[in-house]
Amino acid sequence: MTHILVTAKLVPDLVEELEIAESGTALDMTWLRLIINEFDDHAIEQAIILKERSGCEVTVIAPDQEGMDDVLFTAAAKGADRIIKLVGDFEEGVNNHALARTLAASTKEIGPDLILTGVQGNDDFDGSVGPYLAEYLGMTYVGYVAGVTLEGDKAIVHKEYPGGLIAELEVTLPAVLGIQAAEQPPRYVAVSKVRQMMKEASIDEVDVLDLDPSGGLEISSMYLPEAAERAEMLDGDEEEIAARLVEIFKEIGVV
Amino acid sequence: MNNDIYVVIEHLRGQVADISYIMLAAARDLAQVTGGEVVGVLLGQDVKALADNLAADKVLYGEDAALAEFTSDAYQLALAGLISENEPRAVFFGSTTIGTDVAGVLSARLDLPLVSSCLKIADGVIVSQICGGKIMAESGLADTTTFITVIPGGYKPEEGQGGPPEVTPVSVTVADLKVALKKYIEPEVADVDITKEDVLIAIGRGIQTEDNIELAEELGELLGGAVCASRPIVDQGWLPTARMVGKSGQIVKPKLYLALGISGAPEHAEGMVEAENIIAINIDPGAPIFDVAKYGAEVDLFDLIDPLIEALEEAR
Ligand SMILES: Cc1cc2nc3c(=O)[nH]c(=O)nc-3n(C[C@H](O)[C@H](O)[C@H](O)COP(=O)(O)OP(=O)(O)OC[C@H]3O[C@@H](n4cnc5c(N)ncnc54)[C@H](O)[C@@H]3O)c2cc1C
Ligand SMILES: Nc1ncnc2c1ncn2[C@@H]1O[C@H](COP(=O)(O)O)[C@@H](O)[C@H]1O
Repeated sequence: MTHILVTAKLVPDLVEELEIAESGTALDMTWLRLIINEFDDHAIEQAIILKERSGCEVTVIAPDQEGMDDVLFTAAAKGADRIIKLVGDFEEGVNNHALARTLAASTKEIGPDLILTGVQGNDDFDGSVGPYLAEYLGMTYVGYVAGVTLEGDKAIVHKEYPGGLIAELEVTLPAVLGIQAAEQPPRYVAVSKVRQMMKEASIDEVDVLDLDPSGGLEISSMYLPEAAERAEMLDGDEEEIAARLVEIFKEIGVV
Repeated sequence: MNNDIYVVIEHLRGQVADISYIMLAAARDLAQVTGGEVVGVLLGQDVKALADNLAADKVLYGEDAALAEFTSDAYQLALAGLISENEPRAVFFGSTTIGTDVAGVLSARLDLPLVSSCLKIADGVIVSQICGGKIMAESGLADTTTFITVIPGGYKPEEGQGGPPEVTPVSVTVADLKVALKKYIEPEVADVDITKEDVLIAIGRGIQTEDNIELAEELGELLGGAVCASRPIVDQGWLPTARMVGKSGQIVKPKLYLALGISGAPEHAEGMVEAENIIAINIDPGAPIFDVAKYGAEVDLFDLIDPLIEALEEAR
């Protein structure tokens, strides 16, 4: 049976206001709300789809960040067979080189045929996890994948090219695929089912001692984009804004 | 290591991608600081002529049947040899679905650092845009060859056009491939060609449910335009792919682009910054869409749509 490993991480929720830490070289983590990297959510969905279609075993592995237990139990509620948490110093954030190295070390023991990662994270500065993980494991990497079918020791994948073009690729396993979108949107699971999983399933913990961030470049300065060319903001209540918009439409010549 | 800046030229089906010209412009800024040359690296088969319009000091041309179509592992093999032999100061890759794959793997394989999402080079500093366009991050070159993936927006493609540069053939070794291209699947034929519309009502995740798309359609009818969307709306299956604007979708330049509940991530902005009039409606004052819009309003789109529909009906 094909064994699929999915990696997940939490990233800043971009709907929230982001602030820079006093150091001036990192995000301020104090009020930062973390959510699952949406591409990881798609990777989990794609793995579950493959399990339903071809009877695979699915393991989800993730670093210990605040809120990660919920993500792992949710994955279990969706159908993941095993959930694993890497326990170490992840709270202040680690770079993707370090994350990929610890994932690679644990992966060797798990021995998957196929690894699905989210294609990128919104906070990636030193590249994404997938290619590093593949390389540290000596596996092939293909990213920006939207659609996977298993055929023996091969995966047939749909990779996105610029301009809406799709390339159908035959990839020899074992391989790491960076998932851009699952074949269908990530499914919803009822909170009650996740709660039930918290009682029934358990998270395997793997201790991580040293995180090795080498290979990632240091950020020398971090700031919010300058507000110089911001839009002219329309004031007033909704009625006033609507009236002003219609005036603008007339000026532009579309009304 | 020498001071040259390599640019991995992206091309697809016989055409140089705009990102290649953008990278050449960025590489020129960096080369002025390092004092090296801008070197285009062109890989493929029968594509030597693609070098003609590149604003590079010279072009290295590697030809192999296995490079006829892009697959990441063929490119990785060819480039790994070239980069470790020549040790340039930096190597630029497109932050595209093609370039990112290659750059990431080579960074780990050759143990060389990678900086992603570079928007521009300012006095030798690499300026990147991360967190969906909400954060700028700066870094310098490492002590070793540094990989940089480039997003559009900091340079115009014309700035990287010129030539023809001198072309030097190089030998590349590509063997034992694990990825094979079986076929290309063409984009679906569109019911509406959003690239031809004067007015586009663009919806993003802020629209919340599939049913709410009706509201945007109503606005579209009143303004004589069509509805287009950001990627999450298409990934949800709420609108066909042909309605998607951005990096993986269409590039549109309408007279009016009314963005409702779209954050304005770089991948989306790429497809719409050239619109004549961008108006953005968003509840988040920090949304990057306000950086590219001409007019903006910080309101809940659901509170605005009804009054707007009424005002439009009155105006007719
Ligand atoms: C390789 C790659 C290619 C991509 N290609 C594309 C592409 O072609 N096109 C594309 O669009 N994206 C693309 N993306 C995705 C892109 O990175 C963003 O994730 C996406 O554009 C976000 O879409 P959004 O703005 O609709 O959603 P979000 O970023 O979630 O933004 C929703 C916005 O709605 C606002 N909002 C919420 N509720 C309301 C309300 N009631 N009233 C007003 N405003 C509200 C919020 O403040 C927020 O700003 C790509 C990503 C990758 C990795
Ligand atoms: N050979 C394939 N490889 C990868 N994905 C596929 C393949 N065939 C179909 N898909 C995906 O599976 C989904 C359903 O496709 P279909 O099989 O046409 O119903 C679509 O989203 C396709 O992208």
